[in-house]
Amino acid sequence: MSRLGLRAIALGYLAALLVAPVALIFYRAFEHGFGAAWSAVTTPDALHALQLTLLMVVVAVPLNTVFGVACALLLARRRFPGKALIDALIDLPFAVSPVVVGLALILVYGRTGWLGQALADNGIRVIFSTPGMIIATIFVSLPFVVREVVPVLEELGVEQEEAARTLGASQWQVLTRVTLPSIRWGVGYGVVLTTARAVGEFGAVAVVSGRLAGQTETLTLLVESRFERFDLVGAYAASVVLALISLAVLVGMTLIQRRKVA
Amino acid sequence: MIVLLPLAAVVARSTDGGLDGFWRAVSSREAVAALRLTLIVSVAVVAINAVMGTLIAWVLVRDEFPGKRVVSAVIDLPFALPTIVAGVTLLALYGPKSPLGVNIAFTRVGVALALLFVTLPFVVRAVQPVLLALDREMEEAASSLGASPLTTFRRIVLPNLRPAIVAGASLAFARALGEFGSVVLISGNVPFKTEVAAVFIYAQIGNDNVTGAAAVSVVLLALSLLLLASVSRLGKRRHDE
Repeated sequence: MSRLGLRAIALGYLAALLVAPVALIFYRAFEHGFGAAWSAVTTPDALHALQLTLLMVVVAVPLNTVFGVACALLLARRRFPGKALIDALIDLPFAVSPVVVGLALILVYGRTGWLGQALADNGIRVIFSTPGMIIATIFVSLPFVVREVVPVLEELGVEQEEAARTLGASQWQVLTRVTLPSIRWGVGYGVVLTTARAVGEFGAVAVVSGRLAGQTETLTLLVESRFERFDLVGAYAASVVLALISLAVLVGMTLIQRRKVA
Repeated sequence: MIVLLPLAAVVARSTDGGLDGFWRAVSSREAVAALRLTLIVSVAVVAINAVMGTLIAWVLVRDEFPGKRVVSAVIDLPFALPTIVAGVTLLALYGPKSPLGVNIAFTRVGVALALLFVTLPFVVRAVQPVLLALDREMEEAASSLGASPLTTFRRIVLPNLRPAIVAGASLAFARALGEFGSVVLISGNVPFKTEVAAVFIYAQIGNDNVTGAAAVSVVLLALSLLLLASVSRLGKRRHDE
């Protein structure tokens, strides 16, 4: 009985908090027919927002993957002064509020920021335009790959790499033939998490974007501005697009997790 | 360039008007109200999710039922779902047009609900692996010596789980302190009532009061750094044992 009771409490809590709200917006988005939802996500503004969100992913995810793997190799395989400090700093983006991230970027790259004058002199605009939004996205999704890969590397040990080296493999061959293949699922998991965050980031991007519809508006910003304008069907439809992406992310996470365990 | 320099700029900007200016900005009535609300709601939310998270982890590890794999995947939904969508979904079900006839929009309960949503996975994911690795012989010994299930849980299982619960709760707390996207629509940003620290900072940036925004940011930063440091200390201690 108590086992059933606990199960009921756990599932009830999850249903009320997670499943029911998400299920309801799917219903609400399609309430007025599939056509209404479809035309809400194919307006010029919506298509532009989708494009911009994809741009964030295409730039931020590869950069953070390369940086993440390099950083993880450094942290797991080398000893150097200041290692503990870097180890702690890597997690910093998780601990900082997205709004603070946005503010911080404005204070460096904005018009009156530390680098603002130099950038303006060279005609480069970072804040209130795409580069700033990309930097914000990179900032908030920085730690995922590092955090997933470091434990995999530590578990793996160095025997195989040393064996390859004694057999005459070059540094590069060891990396591409031994190390990278063994950490690929860890990297994959990190990439999935990075992608989810890059697609879903709201606070940091909202601060640095300046919210110009059709110019610096990502999908998440579009959801908010539509909701504020009481365009509920439009907001729900765009939310459904984002929710579908996150469902894909969940499926990816589950599949990779199974691979990692096996 | 991307992480350290900008954060240094925040700290520098917060003391633009000297320490006096910093103190004035942080101790303004609206800032204090926002910080206090953030702390109180975060503590409450983390306490609820520490209990519920442990319970859910227990059910996922020790119980068997059809669809368990799906439920386990659903736990990560708050990590995968954009925070603004989380806010929209919660408002759709519990907001002004709620089919249930409740309305949590622009209330502190609504703020708490949003934070419960986004912080749910932390404790579950921290406790689950520890519970899986836990030797059941101790529990069997306890119950064969006549301990009730509740006593066994309280005296045997809970002490073993405590470090994981604390670690998960600290991460959840750090997340709750800075949360913005899921809260911004639900709270309605009523100063002194539902305005949390992150929303306050956002409003100050909009009002061009950058120094005030930076000052409150520094308070948030200091709090989360403290949490981060204590979590890594905990992790190291467990590692050493």
